[in-house]
Amino acid sequence: MTEQLGLVVLDHVNKWYGQTQALKDINLSIARGEVVVVIGPSGSGKSTLCRTINRLETINEGTITLDGRPLPAEGKALAALRADVGMVFQSFNLFAHKTVLENVTLGPIKVRGLDKAAAEKKARELLDRVGVAGHAEKYPAQLSGGQQQRVAIARALAMDPEVMLFDEPTSALDPEMIKEVLDVMVGLAKQGMTMVVVTHEMGFARTAADRVVFMADGAIVEEAAPEQFFTNPSTDRAKDFLGKVLQH
Amino acid sequence: MDAVRDNWRDVLYAFGLTVEISVLAGVIALVLGFLLGALRVSPVPVGRAVAAVYVRLVRNTPLLLIMLITTFTLPVLGLRPDINLNDWFGIDSHNRMLNLNFFVLCATGALGLYTAAFVCEAVRSGINSIPIGQAEAARSIGMTFGQTLRLVVLPQAYRAVIPPLTSTMIAMTKNSSVAVGVGVTDATFQMRKLNNDNGDQILQIFVTFAIGYMILVFLISAVGSLLERRAAA
Repeated sequence: MTEQLGLVVLDHVNKWYGQTQALKDINLSIARGEVVVVIGPSGSGKSTLCRTINRLETINEGTITLDGRPLPAEGKALAALRADVGMVFQSFNLFAHKTVLENVTLGPIKVRGLDKAAAEKKARELLDRVGVAGHAEKYPAQLSGGQQQRVAIARALAMDPEVMLFDEPTSALDPEMIKEVLDVMVGLAKQGMTMVVVTHEMGFARTAADRVVFMADGAIVEEAAPEQFFTNPSTDRAKDFLGKVLQH
Repeated sequence: MDAVRDNWRDVLYAFGLTVEISVLAGVIALVLGFLLGALRVSPVPVGRAVAAVYVRLVRNTPLLLIMLITTFTLPVLGLRPDINLNDWFGIDSHNRMLNLNFFVLCATGALGLYTAAFVCEAVRSGINSIPIGQAEAARSIGMTFGQTLRLVVLPQAYRAVIPPLTSTMIAMTKNSSVAVGVGVTDATFQMRKLNNDNGDQILQIFVTFAIGYMILVFLISAVGSLLERRAAA
């Protein structure tokens, strides 16, 4: 059997912000359909890692490939690659001057070249799937955080991405809104979407992750199946972290 | 007896030329300024550098100096002073209101190039007022730099850009009076001429021309407020 190549592969990735090293020799391979949850303390580089995968952050050393293709530098090729990588941000970042429906159709129409009717049909299906179909004509500011984040997920899904990146998708939400967003994400995971999720939601990691990646100080300290990681972490750094976050 | 009333036609023509210069320079400044503003935030380092150098050079040079440079160096470079656009547009070269003779062209070009630097900075500050997440989200769904700017950032920056752009256009209209220094017969030229001929009425003449410039500026402010209200709706 030939070696299964990952859909997303980070190979010896290093990144510095001036003197500080944000990413230290990151090696990570994410298989198609896999859900990888990245956890770790603040400033451990997990968001940076997530953002390098669609090159919102550049790297100084190493390579990142998507489906065997290295990430292109700036330009049309990079834009084309980003269209295949969905991104969900902590602060939602819905286009403030566009309605919910327009937020979801803008990419398919302008980037994929879909006609308006087809894009709107698809958008309404997606909005229905994430449970905000009734808000299609509203503007983002008229929606709650949880609703906005679900629209953001629909906007990313409308591009038919090969992989979805979630950069702390629930960190800006009220507790009662976290569940509605996580439910959508669990649903996506069950349908086989390849996902990289940076989060502090340990419950989500336990239920939806195929693999937990624990980062500290810019390096991957430990990688394990969720059950093993949460019940029997192998490194002291992970034990210390879990001791702090799980004691309540 | 009354210098302004006796020469009202000349006053009107002179203001006509001021309007012509301001409108043409405004078009140059807005088009070039928006392009420079886009370059200023582009992902291409060379583009950013070119725009930054342009702004630094042009904004830090007195307008009169730029007008003198265009008027007196273009002939050295082989563009003869008898070149004008009057023939193109079928304008009589004795027409004082609509005249595109060499000196008017040089002054207008200089004013447009000079004002573009200020437009660029107004556009840049407007773009910077939009949270970076908007552009990141646009890039993340595969938009190119141009699409991100055109479809997501500029429509939102538009509102923030109108007030400083209105100020820039007002300053430009008043700055057009500097063209008198390179021999353009605009409103300020006419004012000087009347003052020279009618030393006993300089106050009335000054006030008349001040009011004339004020009317032009009020028109620009009105357009600015209108656009601002439309953008807010």
